[in-house]
Amino acid sequence: MDTTRAQDLEAPRALSERAVSVVLKACGWLSVLTTVGIVAVLLVEALGFFAEVPVWRFLTDTQWTPLFADKHFGIWPLLSGTLLTTVIAMTVALPLGLLAAIYLAEYARPRVARVLKPVLEVLAGVPTVVYGYFALTLVTPALQQVIPGLAGFNGLSAGIVMGVMILPIVASLSEDALTAVPASLREGAYALGGTKLGTVFRVVLPSASSGIIAATILGVSRAVGETMIVAIAAGQQPRLTADPRVPVETMTAYIVQISLGDTPTGTLEHRTIFAIGLSLFLSTLVLNALSHRLRARILKGGAT
Amino acid sequence: MTMVSEQHAVLPKASIPPADALTEPSGRGVERAFLAICVLAIALPLLLLVVMFGGALIEALPRLSWSFLTSYPSRRAIEAGILPALVGSACLMLLTAAMAIPVGLGAAIYLEEYAKPGRITSLIELNISNLAGVPSVIYGLLGLEVFVRVLDLGRSLIAGAATLSLLLLPMVIMSSREALRTVPRSLREASYALGADKWQTLRRVVLPMCMPGVLTGVILSLARAIGETAPLVTIGALTYVAFLPDSVSSPFTALPIQIFNWVSRPQPEFHVNAAAGIIVLLGAMLLMNGLAIWLRTRLRRGLEGNRT
Repeated sequence: MDTTRAQDLEAPRALSERAVSVVLKACGWLSVLTTVGIVAVLLVEALGFFAEVPVWRFLTDTQWTPLFADKHFGIWPLLSGTLLTTVIAMTVALPLGLLAAIYLAEYARPRVARVLKPVLEVLAGVPTVVYGYFALTLVTPALQQVIPGLAGFNGLSAGIVMGVMILPIVASLSEDALTAVPASLREGAYALGGTKLGTVFRVVLPSASSGIIAATILGVSRAVGETMIVAIAAGQQPRLTADPRVPVETMTAYIVQISLGDTPTGTLEHRTIFAIGLSLFLSTLVLNALSHRLRARILKGGAT
Repeated sequence: MTMVSEQHAVLPKASIPPADALTEPSGRGVERAFLAICVLAIALPLLLLVVMFGGALIEALPRLSWSFLTSYPSRRAIEAGILPALVGSACLMLLTAAMAIPVGLGAAIYLEEYAKPGRITSLIELNISNLAGVPSVIYGLLGLEVFVRVLDLGRSLIAGAATLSLLLLPMVIMSSREALRTVPRSLREASYALGADKWQTLRRVVLPMCMPGVLTGVILSLARAIGETAPLVTIGALTYVAFLPDSVSSPFTALPIQIFNWVSRPQPEFHVNAAAGIIVLLGAMLLMNGLAIWLRTRLRRGLEGNRT
């Protein structure tokens, strides 16, 4: 702010002026309060959970059956559900998103790119419950024609549809990374006799790799936190598996399942959603922080 | 490989067009094939989108009718309607806007106009961008504990709206800051030169000018919020509601929750209802996006009118 002279005139003098600035400051701090609230809520309830179920058991048990008579509280089935759907989603989103980004950044005419970018953004704006509907009623039956033994609820359909949803994020951030590559690098390659394709793959992509990795990590974070697509289409059977054809349950879908049910609040079974919520929050926090760090590093010095 | 010409011309920075002329994909098979794959990569998801929505529209057509919009849910799919969900979503959006606009705009004003650049301000900004990346179901857990239990608001409209406004807060703050930045500094300084203090300047000069931009951002955020299911389900919004909410503390349902409820049923007739609900939801979103775009063009015209 270089209005230093004007700031002398700005110093709040009237009482109403001071009151206003206090109120506005409180609004600014509400966002911090929200984060504190999230952490506090998750920690308090999760600690209540971990008082009864030791952390090592939570992290090592391979079964998740909190509602059955024989209770197991291992996170691995839910975690594997999340990982499976996320991997499938990224298998769709990363190649397609990267190709789309290369096209938009390197080949498309500016007018075409100006139209295509918002159109791709539409994919990100569709409500996830709508995607879930499509995954269950369109993608699964279609895949069942091709893949024998595909269950009605499975990780594959949910993963594919999630990939389509995440594609714009990967494409948009990768395109930013590609256009940030200095023209001098490209022109140097051309001057050495390189073709456009060769330049893209040997010069531009490696140079933009940090940005593309950041975009991928953000896409993963989004996939991990996705709830409705998997709640509708992937099933509600926690299962430690790598088979995309069977019903699985993700961490997010479990939270929804319990919230819809009639598990009484304050019980151990109900507290499981906070323990899972804490794991979810920590995972996405780490992923987002990583992606942010990478992008900040690029903005600072173009590190690759 | 072709040799570059002998003249060692220094290429100016903005010379990409000529360089491209050297490397036009003029018939090189590999390059052409790659381009085709790229176009396919973009076309495939878009094609999927068209197929999905076309399919949903076709499936929903028999059910879409005035009676669908004005009936209550029922165990018989043919008689089921979406009225409570429609009313619930409308009330939710109004309440959420009422809560999110003051707080979000206030925070944006604080960050843009009052806060001195420094570590604390950067902390707040980092915090806001972190919150934007938190999964929506976590906001539901926060709302469940703080609004439904601790503040004892119950599974009510107000609790749902409060949760949604927290979810939207980062977006509203970021778009309001953008809107505030479009007001030229010269206008502010002219106001100070005339003897106004900071709040008067904000109230009389800055805010009226950036209001359309702020509202555009809010409407776009609401267009996203109207489709949010996970946080509302987590705080306990009901999925089978056969009444209209009568006050801010009454239980409620919303469009995406009703769709979720119908999709979760095994009978295919309910899937038709879900498709119809989806069309209604998308229609509402289109309306809101259209409103936001209209506001934005009106804002642009207004700003251009001011520049003499």
